Amino acid sequence: MSKERFPGAMSRRGAIKTALAWGAGVALIDPLTGLAAPEDEKKPVPADPKAPARSVIQIWLAGGPCHLDTFDPKPEAGNDFSGPLAKPIPTSVPGVMIGELLPMLAQQADKYSLIRSLTHGVNAHETASYLVQTGHQPGEGLVHPCLGAVVALLKGYDHGYQGLVPPYVVLTTSQGRFSESGFLGEQYAPFATGGDPNQKRFAVEGIISEEISDARLLGRRELLKTLDTLGMALPTSPQFDRFNQAEKKALVTVAKAGTLFDLSQEKDELRNRYGRTTFGQSCLVARRLVEHGVRYITINSGGWDTHKQHFQIMRRMLPELDRGLSTLLSELSERGLLDSTIVWCCGEFGRTPRVQWAPPWNGGRGHHGKCFSVLVAGGGFKGGRVVGASDSRGEEVTDRPVHPQDLLGSICKLLGIDPAAKLPNDRGLDLQVMPSTEGGRGLLAEIM
Amino acid sequence: MWVMWTESNGFRRLGPIGSLLLVVATLLSTPDGGRAGAPPVPPFEIERPASTSPIDPLVLATLEKRGVVPAHLCSDQVFVRRVHLDVIGTLPTPDEVKQFLGDTGPDKRSALIDRLLGRREFADFWSLKWCDLLRVKSEFPSNLWPNAVQAYHRWVHDAIRDGWPYDRFVRELLTSSGSNFRVPQVNVYRAVQGRTPEAIATSIALTFMGVRLARWPAADRARLAAFFSRVAYKGTSEWKEEIVLFDPAPNPPVDAAFPGGEAVRIPSDRDPRLVFADWLIKPDNPWFGRNIVNRVWAWLLGRGIIHEPDDLRQDNPPVHPEVLALLEQELVKARYDLRHIFRLILNSQTYQQSSIPQGSHPDAEALFACYPVRQLDAEVLIDAICGITGVGEDYWSAIPEPFTFIPEYQRTITLADGSIGSAFLEMFGRPARDTGLEAERNAQPTEAQRLHMLNSTHIQRKLARSDRLKRLVRVGRNKPAELIRLIYLGVLSRPPTDEELAAVERYARTIGLNAQQIGQDLIWALFNTKEFLYRH
Repeated sequence: MSKERFPGAMSRRGAIKTALAWGAGVALIDPLTGLAAPEDEKKPVPADPKAPARSVIQIWLAGGPCHLDTFDPKPEAGNDFSGPLAKPIPTSVPGVMIGELLPMLAQQADKYSLIRSLTHGVNAHETASYLVQTGHQPGEGLVHPCLGAVVALLKGYDHGYQGLVPPYVVLTTSQGRFSESGFLGEQYAPFATGGDPNQKRFAVEGIISEEISDARLLGRRELLKTLDTLGMALPTSPQFDRFNQAEKKALVTVAKAGTLFDLSQEKDELRNRYGRTTFGQSCLVARRLVEHGVRYITINSGGWDTHKQHFQIMRRMLPELDRGLSTLLSELSERGLLDSTIVWCCGEFGRTPRVQWAPPWNGGRGHHGKCFSVLVAGGGFKGGRVVGASDSRGEEVTDRPVHPQDLLGSICKLLGIDPAAKLPNDRGLDLQVMPSTEGGRGLLAEIM
Repeated sequence: MWVMWTESNGFRRLGPIGSLLLVVATLLSTPDGGRAGAPPVPPFEIERPASTSPIDPLVLATLEKRGVVPAHLCSDQVFVRRVHLDVIGTLPTPDEVKQFLGDTGPDKRSALIDRLLGRREFADFWSLKWCDLLRVKSEFPSNLWPNAVQAYHRWVHDAIRDGWPYDRFVRELLTSSGSNFRVPQVNVYRAVQGRTPEAIATSIALTFMGVRLARWPAADRARLAAFFSRVAYKGTSEWKEEIVLFDPAPNPPVDAAFPGGEAVRIPSDRDPRLVFADWLIKPDNPWFGRNIVNRVWAWLLGRGIIHEPDDLRQDNPPVHPEVLALLEQELVKARYDLRHIFRLILNSQTYQQSSIPQGSHPDAEALFACYPVRQLDAEVLIDAICGITGVGEDYWSAIPEPFTFIPEYQRTITLADGSIGSAFLEMFGRPARDTGLEAERNAQPTEAQRLHMLNSTHIQRKLARSDRLKRLVRVGRNKPAELIRLIYLGVLSRPPTDEELAAVERYARTIGLNAQQIGQDLIWALFNTKEFLYRH
């Protein structure tokens, strides 16, 4: 990945002007474009009380955060388990305690529920990432799409989605552990923004470009039209037709989607509340995308694989998470969006409850897939609840095991996707959207 | 039957009588006359001369029977680009283009084919292909891990470079035992999700027989799986080293059956994989040769004579059975030299047809009456962009490992590991190496791709920083037409037509930019043409 920054940041006015110029180009090219390119989708949510969710924000803590230091503290287990983070704090929900480095989230506890009994038993990053995001066991000779790609398929362009950006967006880079779109192919792959929303200009790849004058952009476009000699020689090719359709859509996006990612439209005070970090500002972008109607947004936050220096790193990273996520929840709620937006936050596994004090780890934690926690909020999930429990050390699930497919199946249900339905695919495979545990009894009915 | 006729525009055409009838029928039925019988479109097409390939009469006979008019022959300009992209996944350099176009020898196309089959990039490009089919990837779901991936890729690469006979290549893969680091071909048994005998059989049948085992009755599947029931694995003290071996534990004899029915009892001291491999590579095996020649055809012509190329079965008949039979015989005759099959196909007019179909028969593409346009492979595309601009790429892997550090000049088609990549490769349809299905590599246009090519910082910066463009601008100083010509040769592998040259000169006069900027704009525009983004 390139670590270079882009010189010559483009002003906001410049970006809008450029976008308008492109828009003019589109109108010239094809006044009959079938794409309505709607302004922000603010139509009322269809009133289906059983499927209130319209969008999902997945906050992915890649590498696996420790459940003991976040949502399932075990101070009684002693220093070998809690280490220096031994003083969990009460939350706005009586009786529910969370980690001491999450004070802002503690104030929002009525908005989310905690599942303390997520389990799959796998301790390898890539397989656990696959399990938690697809709900499917490996070993079937194929790779299932992750939930975002399923939503892009079943709630995307073919099902009434008309947003300016693809229905499944990743902030800012993909995880690279497995193919997120699986056998569905790149049509349903996430649109990864690239860039950094915490920079002065959030350079979203393909949407926010280097400064080039309007006249030159239009000129280039006209030049391209003149030089498309093969396209003109083959006017009836179905392949080229698909290409032209994709280009039409892209030009509308270039013309109009820039403002979606323009955080200078937000008040500084609000941007500070989210935290001036890549993660915090990603949460703010996610809110803007939800307002626009984007179906599924994944925020990939890396650096949670803390085999060494675990507690030092937690003291740096948990406050960032606390600030960004708690502001996201409260803002979604203030804007009336939380009822139709699911937020879920976890990593591929938890971390070993027993601290590895000995060298070479010197106070680190390993991988722990047997028992970990996930936060779920909004979109029909009740707040203020705790589901399941772990033992006194957070090592094993003692009550109400929740498997990844139960969590994802519940999210599907709230989106109006039947988890037991067949998943349409062009490979002729007879597959279910989500495998069911215990005939579907695993779904999180108690908080839905 | 072949006839010659003169068309209203004065061009004389030679074609099977069916095509003349079709021309007449089309002229009578549609006011615009359709395209059937139209003269070649410059700069893409020329008239077909007489063919010397044994493939063409077989294809043309079927086309005539079906009433499909074949396309014209592609021009030299199209051919030089197409054959480079198809055979070595690499654009020709401007010098290579000029040399080929200037060559007046009658056999220059076949001479170029021979040169390309001997190029280093041939092994690079076809290793990439084979590593897709063998699912060579560090992480999920193959989980081969970095050391094994590098060793395995090198093994495949060397075998292709050295021109191993295909039967030997497959036998080595199927029958070897040892460490996945030292005997890299044993990784064929590791890159299988689940690693049960049935999962192994499924992947072997898919790759080397072109068969989807899930379609077979359970009993037949089980008897094929029995050949892999003695594959064992054991770890070592090295990180991610694994020994693949013939299970030495005392075992009862294995009862298996070859596909097609013949049962076999394999004594407990004999490795059943050997029995299977020896059956598989026999010249009269009904799957082995057919699978690979059909795949080579599909790799070069976009789809198989049997399609999908990895779905061979009774009820999925070939569209040109005679061609398939011919290629199978040729493979055995050439002692399984795959380059011979490449050469046969590449030298045919069927391969060298224009991508502009004659007429609008719905089956024209499926019957190979034209060359099907398809997007460049993601790796080939980014290599082309980097080669033209002279600005390299950065690659990334989720695993912290040394092989991720790829020098800027290294070609993307030489990447060993499906887990090392970039946002660009993902976006442009690099296969995930999940299943080994051919369909995984089938890039279709998406909005994200168009956004990226039209407007990304990634591409803009390559243009802005291109030293290569600066050099061209120096060479073409005060000679705008020369600069335009050099850019066209580099990007589209042909000189511009007069109209194109005039259009770019008009642009240069009116836009008010310097030569460097005009060069950037021209490359940007050409990067976004279908002619650049597609094999055609």
